This record gives sequence, structure tokens and C-alpha cells, in this order.
Amino acid sequence: MPSIPRPRPRQIATALVVVAVAAGGLVWLNAGDEPPPVTTRDAFLTLQSGPDRTEPVRVDTTLYLPETTPAPAVLVAHGFGGSKESVDSDARELAQRGFVALAWSARGFGRSEGQIALNDPDYEVNDARALVDWLATLPEVTKDGPDDPKVGVTGGSYGGALSLLLAGSDKRVDALAPVITYNDLGQALLPNSAGTSQVARTAAANPYSADGVFKRSWAGIFFAAGMGAAGLADPTGDATEPGTEDDASNSATAGVAVPEPSGGSGGRQPQSGSADPCGRFTAAVCKAYAQVATTGRADQATVDLLRRVSPVSVTGKVTQPTMIVQGEQDTLFGLDQADATARQVSAAGAPVKVVWYTGGHDGGKPGPELRGEIADWFDFHLRGQGTDPGTGFEYAVQGALRAQGAPSVRTVSTGSYPGLGDSAVAERRELALSGQEQTVVNPPGGNPASISSMPGLGSVLGSSSRLAGRIAIDLPGQAARFRSEPMTGQLLIAGASTVGLRVASATGGAPDGAVLFAKLYDVGPDGVRTLPGSAISALRTPPLPADGSAVEFSVSLPAIVRPVEADHRVELVVSTTDQAYATPVEAAAYRIALAPGAELAVPVVTGSRSSSAPPAGPLIGIGVVLGVVVLAVVWGLLRRRREDDVDASLADVPLVIDGLSKSYPGGLKAVNTLSFRVESGQVLGLLGPNGAGKTTTLRMLMGLIQPTEGSIRVFGHRIHPGAPVLSRIGSFVEGAGFLPHLSGRANLELYWAATGRPREHAHFAEALEIAGLGTAVERKVRTYSQGMRQRLAIAQAMLGFPDLMVLDEPTNGLDPPQIHQMREVLRRYAATGRTVVVSSHLLAEVEQACDHVVVMHKGRLVASGAVDDIVAGGGEATFRVDDPAAAEAALRAVGGVRDVVVEGSLVHADLDGLPRSTALAALVTAGVAVEQAGPRRRLEDAFLQLVGEESSA
Amino acid sequence: MSDNGNQAPSVRSGGAKATGSAVAENVSTVHTDPAAIDEMVSAASHEHVGSGSDGAVEGFRQGRTLPLRVELARQLRRRRTQLLLGFLVLLPFILWAAFEFGTSGNARRSGGFVDLATASAPNFVVFVLFAAGSFLLPMIVALFFGDTIASEASWSSLKYLLAMPIPRGRLLRQKAVTSGLLSLLALVLLPAVALLVGVIFYGAGEAVSPTGDAIAFSDSLLAMVFAVAYIAVNLLWVAGLALLLSVATDAPLGAVGGAVLVSILSQILDQITALEGIRDYLPTHFAFAWSDLISTDIDWSNMAKGAFSAVTFAAVFGLLAARRFRTKDITS
Repeated sequence: MPSIPRPRPRQIATALVVVAVAAGGLVWLNAGDEPPPVTTRDAFLTLQSGPDRTEPVRVDTTLYLPETTPAPAVLVAHGFGGSKESVDSDARELAQRGFVALAWSARGFGRSEGQIALNDPDYEVNDARALVDWLATLPEVTKDGPDDPKVGVTGGSYGGALSLLLAGSDKRVDALAPVITYNDLGQALLPNSAGTSQVARTAAANPYSADGVFKRSWAGIFFAAGMGAAGLADPTGDATEPGTEDDASNSATAGVAVPEPSGGSGGRQPQSGSADPCGRFTAAVCKAYAQVATTGRADQATVDLLRRVSPVSVTGKVTQPTMIVQGEQDTLFGLDQADATARQVSAAGAPVKVVWYTGGHDGGKPGPELRGEIADWFDFHLRGQGTDPGTGFEYAVQGALRAQGAPSVRTVSTGSYPGLGDSAVAERRELALSGQEQTVVNPPGGNPASISSMPGLGSVLGSSSRLAGRIAIDLPGQAARFRSEPMTGQLLIAGASTVGLRVASATGGAPDGAVLFAKLYDVGPDGVRTLPGSAISALRTPPLPADGSAVEFSVSLPAIVRPVEADHRVELVVSTTDQAYATPVEAAAYRIALAPGAELAVPVVTGSRSSSAPPAGPLIGIGVVLGVVVLAVVWGLLRRRREDDVDASLADVPLVIDGLSKSYPGGLKAVNTLSFRVESGQVLGLLGPNGAGKTTTLRMLMGLIQPTEGSIRVFGHRIHPGAPVLSRIGSFVEGAGFLPHLSGRANLELYWAATGRPREHAHFAEALEIAGLGTAVERKVRTYSQGMRQRLAIAQAMLGFPDLMVLDEPTNGLDPPQIHQMREVLRRYAATGRTVVVSSHLLAEVEQACDHVVVMHKGRLVASGAVDDIVAGGGEATFRVDDPAAAEAALRAVGGVRDVVVEGSLVHADLDGLPRSTALAALVTAGVAVEQAGPRRRLEDAFLQLVGEESSA
Repeated sequence: MSDNGNQAPSVRSGGAKATGSAVAENVSTVHTDPAAIDEMVSAASHEHVGSGSDGAVEGFRQGRTLPLRVELARQLRRRRTQLLLGFLVLLPFILWAAFEFGTSGNARRSGGFVDLATASAPNFVVFVLFAAGSFLLPMIVALFFGDTIASEASWSSLKYLLAMPIPRGRLLRQKAVTSGLLSLLALVLLPAVALLVGVIFYGAGEAVSPTGDAIAFSDSLLAMVFAVAYIAVNLLWVAGLALLLSVATDAPLGAVGGAVLVSILSQILDQITALEGIRDYLPTHFAFAWSDLISTDIDWSNMAKGAFSAVTFAAVFGLLAARRFRTKDITS
């Protein structure tokens, strides 16, 4: 019989429906993913720009129109070295969110005309104002008033600065979101983190002292970008976000594609043949760069120019809602730049939200989640849709320890940027550093130099491995180190730490001040040093007296986000050189020490982890599912109740089988309209060849198999799976079933315990005696022979002395003496008023063990009745003789003998009460040689015929 | 059958009796003492237990069949169960030894997996749960649930349990509850031993998550309790599937292996990021959502989704198993 029945057509149909519904549901649930269509319009616009807005310039633009217009517009400005193509995906995304997005190539970039003036208010900013004018003429853009479109502005890096400059000079801008941009280009390219005055209250503040150190590599890369060598100036890949998996498709972690120097398809051809060293820069910008790059110091004209083109010049006038996004992996425009912008814009009265994410110029662009947040910002502030994004602060924390493949970024958010406006001053924890005064040397020519970062390559190195923070090298003799004790618990640094230093000249003074670089390492217990964000603070000390006396000042260390784990230390390193900066070429030596009593003040921003909406949906779902399960269980219980069916008139009849049939799929009918009845005290034999349906019948009797038709009643109760009346039946059907790892005794005890009946009802002792296993009963069943298992199984069937005992082929595997005992047991058991049903395929077995018999063949009842009636055939005898004819004559001569039949060498006769010995004597007297004498076995004849048929079939 | 007469066998039976008591272990001499039959008959003729209106013999109540302690005893006495639980006790020690001897100074990568695992006792527990989470834990649950009915079928003991009669629904329920308790025991045992090993060798420090969050040791203990509870709920789907397979087949290996295979398949599909949102419907997609617990501010949304997904799968599989078992022909 197959253990898994073939599925019926109805089941297949049900399964198909379920699969179809599930697939449909999935498709429906995912149907919302299809982005709405966006149409684009490319156009060259001639804008009136320049100081008096009289100088025309042709600008290459693309307008992205959403599905429904009119809609608010968003200007999307590109980064340095890019073009309108480089913001295509951002603009398209905004259009998909329902905004009219306008991307354009800034003057000097892409196919736009004009020269790069570095976001000069007269040129680039006026261009953008002209674009706002143009937007006001478009019917697709919603208006605040005549000539005043509803417009936001965003952009990364160079474009971010433009957004601030435009918002500060054009009040028609309604909201802005500058990304990884600068506050003051002068401080970004010529930073000086040494201060003598109190720094601002915010977490990432930098004193922005004058006369900084030239950030040579980045400045060079930018200048080259203006010459047509785009690529390294702007990050291309996405930064890692919370929930980002290590997935090659959308993350900077898998390596960043560095664009071709020409800036892609939209870029103009590089001016390879041009002899102009200024490229497309304006003369003023070119001159300023040349001045700084050659001297390493900025003169006043350059400082003024850089300030004029920086957002700092207008941030005091920005009152529109501003979302400032800055990267934590940014050695070009660090978190301090965003900090300054936030302070200035907030002071001007604008609502400010600050976001620090894991990318930056060394990391990557904002990921999809953050871009969504930016779109949410415009959604709320341009058309009042969505929830208020607020004026909070959130920063991403990248774990110091990594589990493979696990997302390793989380976001911490807090209600406001600390130190801004009315909010509390940024919390700073004091951390004691230790270290003696150390003498460091600036080598002649400033070479070899320490390495902290790889400008422009940071994003390539940065996230693909954890190399970024590890490439930092400090050369011996050029760096002073000060260490903290190991942390006792995690310290999450979020912002710029400050520390006081004491520096003296060891080589006859430094009237211009010493150029130093301060950085904060995370040092693991195994000595591995990591420079978070590859960030360093360049500083120029106040003038150092020639007499070697020390000068005290405070230093703002780079603004970073770094969890310093327990057992890790932080190490402050002050070095004299850095490859990325222009350092003095004169050899010098300095004595560096911590200022007395100065401790490292580490900014800490506590907040809550940004979490999504409370998980109500799934919880309701769980409740619904559990409810359905409860309903199903209750329905099942009610169904079981209905199964009880009692026939009181049969209460004393152990077994009545009525019209029982069992068909299997495929048409096999194992039992066919079988009916018989067993009375109390009988030992009934169920006789039939193998495959007659005996075992199937017994299994149906035990409720293991569902009959197709008909019924079985035991003491009047109809049998169904689990019918309580089964507890009155002891059974042994088709082999023993024991737990092989337990002893025979433990098996019986656990069996009985599982019935839940009182132990004293079991009669273990008697049953085990019947099994007669002796001490073997303590052995594991897996060591038993088949006969031993069989005996134990019969003992199990006998536990509790059931009123009806059902044994299937009980003598299989027993040796003859054991078989004999078994018969004795069954006979005497029935004599106690109980009933035994035994199945067998052996006639002799049934003949000798049973008083009643039911003969089955091919599922049908062949004969039934008392064994004596059927077997002995009413006193008939059979003789095997050498001369049947003579024997027939001799028997007929004996008085009272009737119906003599000859069949080959056999002679059958009805002796009618005459002893067989008398008939035998008569035959012997007649001279017939009798080989065998015995009762005639009609049943055997019939049975052998059946079996013969079976075997020949 | 050769013995026609009644005389000879009884003589031979007597002979067997003579030697039987001396070498009871010998299989061929296992026998029934005629006196035993007398005892049985006298006991049986004095014992007549009545029956109730539902047809059940006196002292039998369906609600009392297969008590949990009996089924637990049946399962706990299996060598398989004992070996598995023993292995779970041993596993943290093996991992500790692997960390201890497998990383010579140079090979140790700071900030890497090993550092994360050996940072503190809670981290070691988290590591052990991570390491066991993708294969071992689903396999344990599949083993306890997949084996429970199918092994009875393979031993042929299922039919005797059902003929006691234990109602089928009750049998399934008691078996499932027992398997659940054993699975829970395994799920608790592993982190508990890991915690012990961790405290001994790595100290009771802060728990540090891959996202750089750190929580105090005492908080981490609570997080671990929740983590085990979540894992237990999340693995319900394996339990349901294994139970369904267990009632559908008589081969324990098929049921256990089938459930483990489905779990592996789901994990493989989960690796294919191109499937995007569809992966949310994979039963293993939220298997590691409990790692959100190692955080100062716990985000419950993934865990809620994971629990919902697991409970839904478990309910579907469990109801199918109950339905299948209720009407199944027991042929083992």
C-alpha cells in the first residue's frame, strides 16, 4: 500500500487555486513598485546673467516633468566637474515623486557656455535666479504669486553651495537641501583648527581661524576638474545605509566606478590641445588658485574671493527651511562645514534639519533612503504633504566590528541639532589623555610626509574594505602621541573633540606659527589603529617665540562619528606633515605637550535609534492567524463529537461487521461487503490466503483505516478513528511496534502509561509471565529476535485483560512449542468470558486454535461458522488406500456408513458416529492397505483450492 | 504446520521448561510457564472492568491519554535526543577552542568577525546564535518535529498508540507540544552554555552589535531572553512544515530532511537580491531579525514581521498536518 496516496483531482484543483491566489496576491502587493512615468524636455536657454543681468549665457537644461502637473519645482544642481547628466537619476527620482525637476549644466561645465566663477553671486547664482524666472513662466509649475514659482533647490557639493547661495539671494526659493557642501571655501581648502577663543556650542564646531594650511591634493583635484578632468571630485556610488545589505548592485561597498575624465557622454571634449593653464575658469579664480598653489598661503585677495563665492556670505539671509546633509567620510568638506552652515542659517531664523550620513566625498552619494528623506523634505515644505520632517538631527553610525553580510549601519536621531538656537549645548565628555612632552621634527622639504587619506580615492578604498581608516601612517620622529586609558564601556564620539596643546619651538622660534596636524585614532586592544573618517585637523599655531617658551592653544579635532568599543583607547597624534597638505619646506623641530589640566572633550549626542512605525500590522496579523487556528480546532472538536454512534441492542456483542468494504485509489478492493458477527467467549479465526483482506479488516476494526462502506460495531459502538470503545480491544496487528531504544519492560510500562489508565488495571506481572522472556525483558528491544518481539507484543495486547483481543498472525515466527502454548493461552483467555479474534493464513492453525472461523478470499466472505462444523464436516472420514475400489466395497459393507466417495487414492466416507477405528479395522480385514486415516477436511479442500488459484494466478 | 497430535508438543514443551529457567537469555528457550497461564486465567476471571456510556473501559479517559511526561520520557530516553543535547552543550566549547587555537596573533583581524565574537560573553552568545541560526537550529527543530510521528510509524508503534485509543488530534497535539518543549530546551541550552563559556573566557562585558551599538551586560541578558523567544517563534514555520511532512510520510529521514531542505532553499533564494520584495515572503527572511535586540533602542518592526510570517506559515502547515493526520489511513 502506498504511504502517500496519489492526489485526487479535487486536491490538485485546490492546490492550483491556492497557488494561483498566492501568486496573484504577490503580484498585487508588488504592483505599486512600478515608478510613475517621467517626461523630459531638453533645451538650451539663453539666460541674462552677470552683475547687471545683462550678459547672456547659453545654458544646457533638462526639465523633468512628473505624471501630474502643475507641481512644485526643484532645481537640481550638479557637483564640481559634473554636468546635468550627472544628476539625471536624482532629477528623475524627484520627478517620480511628483516634482518638476530642472537640471542644468552650470556655466563652464557640460555643453553650457561661460566660464567657471565658482558659484559667484554675479554669475552662477544669477544664472540660477534666471532659471527660477524661467520656471515662473512654465504652466507646469505651481506658483506662489506672479513670477514666483513654488521652487526648492538641492544639489551636492558645488551644487549644494549654489543652493545655499541662491536661497540667500532669491527669496522665491521656498526650501533647500544642500548636500556635502562647504560653508566657507577658504576654510575648506585652507583650514586652521587652532583656536584661542571658546568654540561654538555645537558638536562639530571648528574655530575657523585665519591663515590656514593649504589642502593641496583636494584643491588640485578640483582645479583639474575645472580643466575637464572630472571624476575624482564627486562621489559616484551610494553610501551605505541602515539595512543596506552587502549587495553589489547599489552600494559603494562593492567598488566605485570612476568615470572617464571627459565627464561622460554629456561632457565636452577635454581641451587637450589648449595651452591655456586656466582652462574654463575665470581669470580671477585662476589667479587665486595659482597664488595659493604656488605659495601655500592665501593672500587677502584670495581670501576675499573665496569668501565671496562661499555660502557663508549669504547664510545670514537664508530663512527658508534648510535640510543640511553632510558626509562622515569626507576629508574635503567635513562635518564642521555643515555645522557652521547650520549655526548661521539657524541664527538667521530658518528651520534647520541636519543629517550626517555614512558617505561624503570619500564615501558615496546619499543612498535611496536618504534621497527619499530629501524628497520628503520638499514634499512637506513645498506642498504641505506628508508628516513634518521636523528640525531634528540624525547621524549614521557605522559599526567598528563587522559581522559578515550583516548590515552595519544604524541611525541615531534626536530632536534637534545640539547647540543650535535654544537647544542645549552639545554634551562633551572629558577624557584624560596621558603622554610626556615630545619633540617632533618637520623634515626639510616636508618630505617624507604622513599619510592620512587618499583624496579622491577615498571612496574607492573607503568602503570596499575597511582599509580607509587603516592607510594612515605617521612617520616616527614626526608625530607626538597622547593616549587615553582603555574604555570601560563604549564611547560613541559624534562631532569634533577639542583638546588643549602646548607647543614650543626647539629650533629658534616660528614667527609664522608651526603647521601641525592633529588626529584622533581608535586603537584596538591588539594595537590596530584606525583613523575614523581618515579625517585630520590641520592647524597653524600662534607664533612660537624664539626663546623656546611654549604657547598654549586649543585644537578642534576633526568631526567624526565613531563608536570606540570597550577596551579600546583613543590616541591623539600631532604630526608635522601630511601628504594631502602643503607643509613648510624649512626643517624645524617642536616640543609638543598637552596643556596642563587639559582633557580631551569628546562630544556625545545621545538620541534614539530611528525606527519605523510601530509594528501594528504584523501583530494584528498574528492575532488573526491565531484566531483562525482556534476556530479550526473548535470546528474539529465539534466534528468529533458528532461521530459517536451507539446501537444499544448490540451492547453485549463483541464484534459485528456489516457490509464492510475498503477500496483503494486505482480500483483495488481490499475488502468487499464483508459481514460477520463474533459472540462473547469465542475464539474466532479469520482465515484466508495472503492478500485476502484479513489485515485490512483488522486495521479497520482498530480505527486505523477508514472503511469505504459499511460499519464495524464493537459492543454496539461504531468504530471510528479514536473511538473510546477501542480501549476495550487489545490488539496485535501486522508486527510488533516497540521503541527499539527501550527495554521490553519499559516499553510495556510506557505503553500502559500512555493509555492514561490506572496502573493496577494493567496486570504487568501476568502479561510478562505469558511473554515468558525471563531476564531478556530488561534488554533493549532492538536486541530481540522476531519471536521475542512477537511474544512481547502479545503480552502488550493482553495488558489490562481487554474484552476483545485481536491478534493478526500471532504464531508467525514462533517455534512449534511456543505455538502450542499460544493456542493454550488464547483458548483459556476466551474461557474467562472474553473474546479473541485471530487471523491466519494457515488452516491447521485456525483449526486447532479457534472454535469459530471466517474464511475470506479476495476481500469476500467465503464461509463462516463453528470450526467443528466446517472442518470435520460432520463425522466424515478420509482414508488413503492402495485399492480404492476394494476399500469402497469394504466400507459400504460396514453398517451405518453412507456416502462413500472415491477420489484418486482417497476414499471419503460418512461414518455417521461410527468410530474411525472400526472402519479402519473393516478395511484391514478386507485386505486393503491403509496408508493414512483421518477426518475428512472439506474446508481444507476448499481452502487449498483457493490458495492454489492464488498461486497460479 | 506439522504437529497434528496433542501429545508430542506438550512433552517437548516440558523439556523446554526444564532448561528455560537456567538460560533465560537464550532466545530458543524463551517460553511460557504453564503455571503462568493459570495465573493469568485466574487474574483475568476475577477482573472484570466495566465500561462507560461512551464505550470506553473503566479508567480510560481520552483526555488522559499520552500525558506529556510519558511522551517526554519516550523521547528523552532516545539516544538521538541525548546526543543532540550533549552536542549543544559541547558546541560553545568547540567554538571557543576554535577561536583560541585557530587564530595565531597575525591572522587576527581587528574589527572582524572573530573580534566581534570574542569581545564579551553576550557577543559570544550572539555569535553562537548567528552561527547556529542558519542551519543548526532549523535542523534541530526539524528533527524534533519531523521525526515525532514518522519515527513512530517506522517503528510500527503508531498504530498501537492510535488503537489505545489516543484520539488523532490529541496524539498530534501532545507530540507537537513535546517536540516544542524539546526544541525550546535545545534553544535555551545552546545560548545558556554559550553564555557560561563566554563569561568564563571573555568576561561579562558589554554586548556590541555590528552596527556599533553597545548595551550593558545586564540589558544584554534580557536581550538574549527575547532573542531566544523570537528564534523560537520564528522557527515555528519549520516545526509546522516538519510536522506536516512527518504525518505525510513514514520515513523519519524524509520528514526531517524535507524540512531542512526547504529551509536551505529559502535561504538560497533569500541570497538572490534580484528578487527584492518577494524575499519578504520567504520564511527564513527574518531569521536574524533578533539581532535588532542588541541595541540601545530596539526596533521591533522586523521581529514583528518575522513573527507574523512564521506564525502564518506554521498555522498553514500545522492545520494541513492536522487535517491530513485526521483522515489518514495508518498502514505502517
